[in-house]
Amino acid sequence: MAKSESELTWRDMEIGCIVTEPGGARQYESGTWRSQRPTYDFKKCIKCGICQLFCPEGCIEPNQDGYFEANLFYCKGCGICARECWPRVIKMIEEEEK
Amino acid sequence: MTTRVGIEVSIAVADAVRLTNTDVIAAYPITPQTHIVEHLAELVANGELDAEYIPVESEHSAMSACLGSAAAGARTFTATSSQGLALMNEVLYVASGMRLPIVMAVANRALSAPLSIWCDHSDMMSVRDTGWIQIIVENGQQAVDNVICAFRIGEDRRVLLPVMVHLDGFNLTHVIEPIVLPEQREVDKFLPTNKYPLPLNPDKPVAMGDFAPPVIFTEAKWAQEMNLRDSKKVVLECWDEFYKAFGRMYKPVEKYHSDGAGIILLTIGSVGETASVAIDELRADDENIGQVRLRLWRPFPFEELRQAVKDAEVLIILDRAISFGGPGGPVASEVKAALYNQVGRPKIVSFVGALGGRDITVAGFKNMIKKGIEIARTGSKNEYEIYGVRE
Amino acid sequence: MEKYAVYVPRLVQKKEKFAPGHRACIGCGEALAIRLAFKALDNNVVVANATGCMEIVASQLPYTTWHLPWIHTLFENTAAVASGIEAAYKVMRRKGMPVPTDTKVVAIAGDGGTSDIGLQALSGAMERGHDFVYICFDNEAYMNTGIQRSSATPFGAATTTSPAGKKSIGQFSWKKNMPEIAVAHNIPYVATACHSYPFDLMEKVRKAAAIKGPAYVHVLSVCPTGWRSATDTVIRLGRLAVETGMFPLYEVENGKYKMSLNIPKLRPVKDYLKQQGRFRHLSDDIIQKIQDRVEIEYQKLLEKAKYGSKTTKRKSRAGAGKVPA
Repeated sequence: MAKSESELTWRDMEIGCIVTEPGGARQYESGTWRSQRPTYDFKKCIKCGICQLFCPEGCIEPNQDGYFEANLFYCKGCGICARECWPRVIKMIEEEEK
Repeated sequence: MTTRVGIEVSIAVADAVRLTNTDVIAAYPITPQTHIVEHLAELVANGELDAEYIPVESEHSAMSACLGSAAAGARTFTATSSQGLALMNEVLYVASGMRLPIVMAVANRALSAPLSIWCDHSDMMSVRDTGWIQIIVENGQQAVDNVICAFRIGEDRRVLLPVMVHLDGFNLTHVIEPIVLPEQREVDKFLPTNKYPLPLNPDKPVAMGDFAPPVIFTEAKWAQEMNLRDSKKVVLECWDEFYKAFGRMYKPVEKYHSDGAGIILLTIGSVGETASVAIDELRADDENIGQVRLRLWRPFPFEELRQAVKDAEVLIILDRAISFGGPGGPVASEVKAALYNQVGRPKIVSFVGALGGRDITVAGFKNMIKKGIEIARTGSKNEYEIYGVRE
Repeated sequence: MEKYAVYVPRLVQKKEKFAPGHRACIGCGEALAIRLAFKALDNNVVVANATGCMEIVASQLPYTTWHLPWIHTLFENTAAVASGIEAAYKVMRRKGMPVPTDTKVVAIAGDGGTSDIGLQALSGAMERGHDFVYICFDNEAYMNTGIQRSSATPFGAATTTSPAGKKSIGQFSWKKNMPEIAVAHNIPYVATACHSYPFDLMEKVRKAAAIKGPAYVHVLSVCPTGWRSATDTVIRLGRLAVETGMFPLYEVENGKYKMSLNIPKLRPVKDYLKQQGRFRHLSDDIIQKIQDRVEIEYQKLLEKAKYGSKTTKRKSRAGAGKVPA
């Protein structure tokens, strides 16, 4: 298992600090940043995918029913999807304290 | 073995680059390096060297283009002097921090202001901390040989560091010297192909140049330092192999009658050859004097230096650069630091002279040495002595 | 812009090459722009990135957001590094060394790294004609270091180094016209784009990558943090920037101008300015000044586009001694 940053020794450093694992940053839970969260009324969703197109995180994926839904592990709660969703499927609500 | 020909050193350096089959040359002109890049342009234009010649718009971009080229896995060369070296300063640190093998010939020239196109070592001294391997040459043959070695050293899998070859501007670059240019097949045998282990390649994506938060930065830098230190053995190995292939030997510290000498003169660069004549003349007069010259500047050859001067009582060092308001002669201050803890270390007299292209003649050296011996005896209130200034 | 059915993102690549988990601000327009731009390209690219927002948010050791080969060195040398990579691939291919064929070098930088500190390297690379794409992601200030003004900051905008105050209206100079500078280098393709017109952006990046030689794409990227606007208005602000004429969308192919959108009547700039905190302090006469200037510049652009399409017609009239319109 990969060491965390604070465990890496100087011998563990790759040549020139090159990072050889593409997309390793996917392990970062940017979802902890948000103060509001998208909620969905999928009855209205027409699966146009506009929300997926406009998400700065790129974290919106079709769920098992094919409706586009944000991955809350990454979602920062910017509200762009709610704003751009023209059938008004998405509504942003306050994120509660866990 | 080819014959010795009289050839301008800059042209010979360019020919050495041709022999190494360099892939990319980034070039920005600055006196006194111009003949190197001009001849390289001719070689490429005539198809004698198959390389991409990038006539960049500044030295900063020259070194930056070298970064990109080395990262893609190509054999890369550039050349510069004083102001150019200063302009690309930040990029030099990046080249070594990112472990990209690049070879650069530096035609040593004084740094402005006032502007001077002539030779001194202020440019070399301003890049001591950049993390490059640095070799100082004294004549045309050494320049050619070490440019070829530089590629082998820098691209070695155990090293992967950029290498500078310092040669005096004008005093070397613009003089015609008798040089043996190795044959192509000999160089091909000596120099393996460049195989950078993690190049930029869509088949195997890597990310180069991430930023390091405090929790990891020290480890990154220490890894770099350990690598630079360890590269010394690769340098020695390369010079050993070079000797076997071409019959010319290089050492990190080269000694000239210094074993057993009570007084030693330490020089770097082409002045060393003039100084050697002075040493010969003084020895003819029964003076117990020898000379030591630094060939490998970084990584600093601590053991070899300490061994070379261990029996001397007086060590006179000539610097061709000043560290203003500080210890004066940069080489002297490094040598002093290297010898600080040595028991029975010699008295060190530091001279700064031959700045901005001013020559020191054989007589001048004899005079300086005489002064140095005197100062070693009586002591001086100065941190260092300035040689040859009109007061 | 091609007539795509806008509501079919199935035409867009699924793979995120700029992966989620990056540390861009909430609602970052630039992150969106990068995501979209790279959906227009395949995996056969190498990215040279300048220091800036997108570089920092994507590259904290020991991780990376990118699924493409990527190099970051310094702030002002992206175009020079890209030149080096392009030259290396060229010669290595020629010498039969193992490099992939047709790899495109894409240089990306912010507005500071392009129109200020990076201008020299960009100019040199364009003049030398290297085969690469340069995409400038313009959020109109040095955002990563804390919202300081750059030469791409629009007139009147308040930034930390051009704050509005008793003796200052904010940014004192007009936005440097980088696309025009690129056009002046006679490169085959220059375009402006915005993330609010995603298919247009992707088409332009695709076109830029397809041509041989230097291509320059200037992408307006809304920054809610720096522009002091709500995080969900990012797409809307991009549209307003275009519809008011403050950031016209156009292409210049081999010197021939072509507007990307037909806007019969520009919206008043006030609609765009009033949504952003950085323009909150502007008085009506400054806004009028901006309005006048936008109209003049937009008109100039329309003329250039008109002139380009009338070239062949003009040739036949030249013999008749007519003066061009």
